[in-house]
Amino acid sequence: MASHAHDDAHDAHHDDHHHELSFWEKYIFSTDHKTIGIQYAITGLLFLLFGFCLMMVMRWQLAHPGTAMPVIGPILGSLPVIKDHFPGGVMSPDGYNEFGAMHGTIMVFFGIVPIAFAAFGNFVVPLQIGAPDMTFPRINMASYWTFFISCVIMLASFLVPGGAAKSGWTSYPPLAGIADLGPAYHWFFNGQSLWLTGMIFNITASLLGAVNFIATIIQLRAPGMTWMRLPFFVWAQFITAFLLLLAFPPLEAAGIFQFMDRVFGTSFFMPTGLVVQQQLTDWSGGGSPLLWQHLFWFLAHPEVYVLILPGIGIIAEVVANNTRKPIYGYKAMVGAIFVLGFLSFIVWAHHMYMTGMGAKVATFFQITTVVISIPSVILITALLLSLWGASIRFTVPMLFATAFMPMFGIGGLTGIPLAFNTVDLYLHDTYYIIAHFHYIVAPGTIFAIFAGVYHWFPKATGRMMNEFLGRVHFWLSLIFINGLFFPMFLQGMAGVHRRWADGGGADLDHLTYELARPVLHWNPFMSYAAFLLGAAQIPFIFNFFWSIWNGRKVGRNPWEATTLEWDAPSPPPHGNFDKEIAVYRGPYEYSVPGAETDFTPQSEPTGSKTPVVAPVVHAPLSAH
Amino acid sequence: MQIPHEVTARPDTGLYNAKLGIWLFLASEVMLFGGLFSGYIFLRLGAEPGYWPHGLLNVPVGTFNTAVLILSSVTVVLAWASLKMRQFSRYKLYMGITILCGILFLVVKLAYEYPQKFTHFGVFIKKDALGKYEQYLGNQHLAALKLDPRVEISGHLLDAPKGSHYEKVAQENAEHFRHLLHEGGAEHGEHGEAPIVTTDDPNDYVIQLDPANANPTDPANERPSFWAKPQTMKTAVVQAADIDGPHPSMYIPRHSPYFAVYFTITGLHGLHVLGGVLIFIYFWGPGTELYRRNPEHFTNRIEVVGLFWHFVDLVWIFVFPLFYLL
Repeated sequence: MASHAHDDAHDAHHDDHHHELSFWEKYIFSTDHKTIGIQYAITGLLFLLFGFCLMMVMRWQLAHPGTAMPVIGPILGSLPVIKDHFPGGVMSPDGYNEFGAMHGTIMVFFGIVPIAFAAFGNFVVPLQIGAPDMTFPRINMASYWTFFISCVIMLASFLVPGGAAKSGWTSYPPLAGIADLGPAYHWFFNGQSLWLTGMIFNITASLLGAVNFIATIIQLRAPGMTWMRLPFFVWAQFITAFLLLLAFPPLEAAGIFQFMDRVFGTSFFMPTGLVVQQQLTDWSGGGSPLLWQHLFWFLAHPEVYVLILPGIGIIAEVVANNTRKPIYGYKAMVGAIFVLGFLSFIVWAHHMYMTGMGAKVATFFQITTVVISIPSVILITALLLSLWGASIRFTVPMLFATAFMPMFGIGGLTGIPLAFNTVDLYLHDTYYIIAHFHYIVAPGTIFAIFAGVYHWFPKATGRMMNEFLGRVHFWLSLIFINGLFFPMFLQGMAGVHRRWADGGGADLDHLTYELARPVLHWNPFMSYAAFLLGAAQIPFIFNFFWSIWNGRKVGRNPWEATTLEWDAPSPPPHGNFDKEIAVYRGPYEYSVPGAETDFTPQSEPTGSKTPVVAPVVHAPLSAH
Repeated sequence: MQIPHEVTARPDTGLYNAKLGIWLFLASEVMLFGGLFSGYIFLRLGAEPGYWPHGLLNVPVGTFNTAVLILSSVTVVLAWASLKMRQFSRYKLYMGITILCGILFLVVKLAYEYPQKFTHFGVFIKKDALGKYEQYLGNQHLAALKLDPRVEISGHLLDAPKGSHYEKVAQENAEHFRHLLHEGGAEHGEHGEAPIVTTDDPNDYVIQLDPANANPTDPANERPSFWAKPQTMKTAVVQAADIDGPHPSMYIPRHSPYFAVYFTITGLHGLHVLGGVLIFIYFWGPGTELYRRNPEHFTNRIEVVGLFWHFVDLVWIFVFPLFYLL
C-alpha cells in the first residue's frame, strides 16, 4: 500500500503520463485490472483445455476399455510417473480415478471460476461501473499470483510418486484420508496432500478476489451509477463474490482438517476402528467423515451458483445488446439473484441424502432445494421473455446466448427430480447426475464464457473475432456437446454408475455390470461426440489468436451497446477512461422511443432534464 | 492513476476503501473460524461418553492470556485515538504496549502451554479392561453419581515399553521422579510401600498419575477446578495390551480429537496473532514514515489493522471458554 501513499503526494495528474511501466510491470506483475483479467482468462482457458483433454482420455477408456488410446496412449505410457497408471499405454483404474478427480477439480476451480468470475469480473466490472481500476490493485495482483501458485501445485501433483489425487473432486474421507499414504509415498509430496495444499492456495486467491470485487462495486461506482443502474452482469458478479467470500472459508477449514489428518495423524474425519486391508489403521479415531461432507458441500453448493451466475450475467448483457431492447424484468432478476444467493447457503445437504441423515433433515433440504428453483426459473424466464418481440441480431455471442437458454433449461429442470430424497436415492452417483450438472456448466456456463469472449474481445484487443469461424465453432459445439451429454441421462436412468472405470464393460459379451446392457452402446457414441467436440474448438483457438493481430479493427462501441465499458477506448488504457465519466440512465436503454439511435449509452446526459445523480456522490472524482 | 476513496470516505457509504475491505475480509474470517468451530462441535457431540476431556488446560494461564489480549485491544484503540488527535509519541507508546501484549501472549502459548502438552502422557483403556484399572478410574463411584465414565489414565510417563518412541523421555522422567522421591524422603514409601517407577516387563507403561487418576473418587475431581492441582507421587502400571488405539501418545494433535481441534484452532489463532504483531511492528517502526506525509492515511491503516486485531481477540473469547472452561 506504500505506493498508494506515493500517489497521494501527486496532484490529480495521471501517474502514467510521466512514468513508463516496464515490460514486467505492464504484462506480468501488473496491477491493472484488465491485464489481470486477461491473465486469469488465459490461465483459465488453458486449464479448461487441459481438463477437457483429461476427459477425452477417460472417454477413450469408456468407449474401448482396456485398449490403448491411439497416439496419446503410448505417449502417456512413456511419461515419468504418469506411465505407472498407463501400463502399455492402457489406462488403469487408478489412472481413471486420477484423471476423473483432477478433471472435476480443474474444470471447477481452475477453469470455470477463474474465467467466469475472475477473468470477466476483473476485466469488465470496473469498466462497467466507470471505475479507474479495482479498489485494491495490488491485492488483485496478489490474488492472481496466489492462484498461479495453486495451479503449479496442482499440475506438479501429477508428477509425484503415486500421481495426482484419486479420491474424486469431492475428496471424501476416509478414502481421501488414507489415499497416497504409506512407505511408497512422500509425507507431503503426494497426490492428495498436494491437492489440499493447492486448494488452500486457490481458496485464498478467491477470497482476495472476492473482497476486491465487492469493495470495488460498492466504493468505485461512477457518479450517477446508482444501484439500480448497474448492468445485470455487475449484480451477478456482486452476488457471486459474496458466495465466494462466505462459502469458501468453511472448505478452507475442512482442507486444513484433512491436511492435519494426513500429515499430523489427527482424526477429524477418521472414524473409530478404521480398518484398511485387514489392518487397523494408525488414527486415534473418534472423527466424523460426515463433517467433511457438510463442510465440503457448504462450499460446493454455493459454488454451483458461483459457476452459473457470472454466466447468466454475461448472457443478460449479450441478450440486451443483441435484442436491442431492455432485458425483461431487470428488477425481478436482481431480486432473484439475491434470493438465490441467500438460499444457496441452506441447500447443501441435498448432496447427502445417501448418508441417512433422517427424514426431518432431508425434508428441510428438499424444501429449500425446491424453493431455490423459483429464483432460477425467474432468471431464465426473464432472459427468454427478453427475446419476445425483439429484432434480434444473430451475432456469434448471441448464438451462444440463445443456445444457453434451452441448454441451461435442460440442466436446471433435470435437477428438480434430484431435489427429492426418494428419487435421489436411485439416481445418486449415476450418469444422470453427471448429465444434469454438465448441462448447466458445459453448454450453460461454458457457452456463456464463449459468448463473453466473442462479445468483449473487441474491447480487450480493439479487433473483432472472425464471424464465420465463430459460427462454425458455435454450430459444431452445440451439436456435439448434446451428443456427448444427452445419452448420459439415458445411461443414468438405467443405473450406470459414474465411477465405473470401464463404463460397464467392454462390450455386451464382457459386461462388468449387467444393468449396463441396454445402454452400453451409448459409450462409444458419447466418446466420439467428445472427440469431435474437441475438434470443434480448433476454429475457436485459431480464431482467438488470429484475430488478436488480424481481426477487423473497431472503435469504442462496435456492438452499439449502452453500458460504460463501450465509452472507453478499445483497448482501454491504464486508468480506463479518457474522459470524466458520469451516468445518467439505466443500463439497457435500447430502442427508446424518440431517440436518434436505437441505443442510448448510460453516459449520455438526459438533455434538458437535470441529470439524476445519486444524492451524495459529488466527492468521488473530486477526491483525486 | 488515483483510486478514489483511498483516504477519505465515500459520502454515500461513509467508508474509505480499506475499511470496507477489512470488514469483508473479517466476514470471511468469521466463516473460516465458524467452519473450524463447527469441527469442534461435531467432534465433541460425536465423542463417546468419557472420551471428551474436561479441565485439562490450565485455567489461570488461559485467564491471564485472555486479559493480555483484552488489554492489547484497549491499547490498540488508544493508539488509534492518539493518532486521531495527532499525538504521535503517545501512539508509539500505546502501539508498543500492544506489540508487547501480543508477544507475551505468544510466549505463554509457545513456551509454556504447548510444551506442557507435549510432555503429558495419556492412554485410553480398552472397554473390556476398564475394570482392571478401577482404582485409577473410579467408574463405580462416577456411575453412582450418573457422571460420565473415566476412560483415560494420564500423567507423566516413567517407563515405556521396549522399542517405544518414548523410551528415552520416560527414562529422563523416571530419573527426575526418583530424585523427587529421594528429596521427599519417600524413597521407601510413606506406608512402607514405594511407588513403582520402572518395571522389568518390556510391555507396560508406568505413569506418574494426574490427581484425577490418583484419587478418582475424590469429589474435588468431579468437576474442573480453577487452579491446576499439583502432580501426585502415585504411579500406575498399564499393560500395553489394555490400551485402546494403536499409538499411546503424549498430548499431541493426533492423541485424540480434542487435541486435534485444540491445536488446530489455537494454532491458527496463534498465526493470526503473529500476523497482527508483525504488522504492528511494521507500523511502529518503518511504516511510520507515512505518518509524516499523510497522517490521516496512516491513522486509517491503524484503524484497519486494529479492527483485525479486535477480531483476533474475539476468536480467543470463543476459544477460551470452549477449550478451557466447558
